Amino acid sequence: MFDAERIRRDFPILSTASHGKRFVYLDSAATSQKPKSVIDAIVDYYNTYNANINRGVYEISERATDAFIASKEKLAKFIGAHGIEETIYVRNATEALNLVALSWGERNIKSGDHILITEMEHHSNIVPWQMLAKRKGAVLDYVKLTHGMAYLDMEDLEAKLEKSPKLVSVTHVSNVLGTVNDVKRITKLAHECGATVLIDGAQSVPHMRVDVAAIGCDFMALSGHKMLAPTGIGALYGRRELLEAMEPVLGGGDMIRSVSMHGATWNDLPWKFEAGTSNIEGAIGLGAALDYLDGIGMDSVREHEQELTRYAMDRFSEINAVSVFGPPASDIENRSGVMAFAIKGVHPHDVATIFDREGIAIRAGHHCAMPLVTQLVTEKALSRMSFYIYNTKEDVDRVVDAVGVVKRIMRIKD
Amino acid sequence: MSENIYADELIDEYEHPHNKGSLSDADVHVHNDNPLCGDELTIYVKVGGGALKDVKFEGSGCVISMGTAGKLTESVKGKSLAEIEALGVPDIVTLIGIDPGPARLKCATLSLRTLKEAVFLYQHKAVDEATKRL
Ligand SMILES: Cc1ncc(COP(=O)(O)O)c(C=O)c1O
Repeated sequence: MFDAERIRRDFPILSTASHGKRFVYLDSAATSQKPKSVIDAIVDYYNTYNANINRGVYEISERATDAFIASKEKLAKFIGAHGIEETIYVRNATEALNLVALSWGERNIKSGDHILITEMEHHSNIVPWQMLAKRKGAVLDYVKLTHGMAYLDMEDLEAKLEKSPKLVSVTHVSNVLGTVNDVKRITKLAHECGATVLIDGAQSVPHMRVDVAAIGCDFMALSGHKMLAPTGIGALYGRRELLEAMEPVLGGGDMIRSVSMHGATWNDLPWKFEAGTSNIEGAIGLGAALDYLDGIGMDSVREHEQELTRYAMDRFSEINAVSVFGPPASDIENRSGVMAFAIKGVHPHDVATIFDREGIAIRAGHHCAMPLVTQLVTEKALSRMSFYIYNTKEDVDRVVDAVGVVKRIMRIKD
Repeated sequence: MSENIYADELIDEYEHPHNKGSLSDADVHVHNDNPLCGDELTIYVKVGGGALKDVKFEGSGCVISMGTAGKLTESVKGKSLAEIEALGVPDIVTLIGIDPGPARLKCATLSLRTLKEAVFLYQHKAVDEATKRL
């Protein structure tokens, strides 16, 4: 049985109070909270075996190296990669996406080539391609949205695939709409047109079972801090053949096999892309985070979030002043626990400030998706709540009460 | 000083703002936005005899940015350009009777920054550092 109350107790921050009330955290799409086991793993590393990896011959260096590699093995297994050669550690999803642009893109994109992304991307899956397109004289296309701006327009996707883009880069889950895109089908269609496929897994990998082999994609980007791990650790999954053919972006220690005065040869995967001393505490924290998620099971995580989303949409449907963006409650299968909403006549910033004083943390703003948000609302900003394993129906009830407070303060009559 | 940034007075101003609209005979207008939160504001000013003869604003945003814009525009009519150049954060805090706190300070100062930029622009002067920091 999924027991969110028990899970809550594993997260020290969730037993703190905010403005004198039990703290309700509903901004996990921005960054998740961390369980004690993750915090303890990091502290234990510094307290008992802090050392650099892949070089020392003494005991604690070996321990640190083992822990680092164990983390990579866990991640590879977690996302269905073949092995640690296919999981490059980077700072975050943004860096993973940029790594593809700077390495694979630099070599494979030429003047006049098309790159295809979508209108629901996070800035981190837009700007690197704008930069690459500008450097190369390439063309950046966007797949349109349909059905009240809730889904990718698959007809438009197919039409744009006819231009034979070299790269198709799509988010698995929208960080604004909560839409879960059919990335398996998109990958298949894109491959049929000869494109290389990159999936932004920042909002999917933390919340559902994701298997890169089943999807069939060539690359996937993810951030550890959105899945219980500390900030500063993320990963790029890449198919081995592709990674082997790619040039490193950063040069330095650890990424080389040998260096002479005249040049250098590259180390094996994944180290070729990991120049300099790694984020060891981050990797160890990520390993502990994956253990925690495995302990719950990703199918249970997904089920729990779907139940909360259904409940929240249900409760919101009782309030006339509130509208919710993204797929409807009837299509919960294609919805994640990300919910952007608007309260009629109230600016999202005021919603977030009043929520804060009710002890509830939500996000307000453009959510780093300005091309999308500016199409959804004239205010160029939205309120967003997002669920994770530690949220409960009681949290949703607190939100509904807070909406009542907003309406009272802002004199909104239904 | 009120702790409550949602004091009735500011909500009143937000619901029924002073000086909302554009000025067809404005000498200058300046547009600013705060992309992080989506606030947007355009201020129109009409100058005569070294003082602000009229000022209006258009925009959308939160209670603090829009409420402050209404109160500020109302308070500066007839003031000399030099007086407006001298305005800063403490004047805004006094004006709205609320300390918006660090997270919302940018909302509260959006209209002052825009107004001061308009006054500098009218005089063909570079915007000073204090205004840029608002
Ligand atoms: C869909 C999506 N992609 C990418 C990112 C970027 O993640 P990070 O800031 O950790 O690099 C985010 C973060 O909000 C996201 O939601």
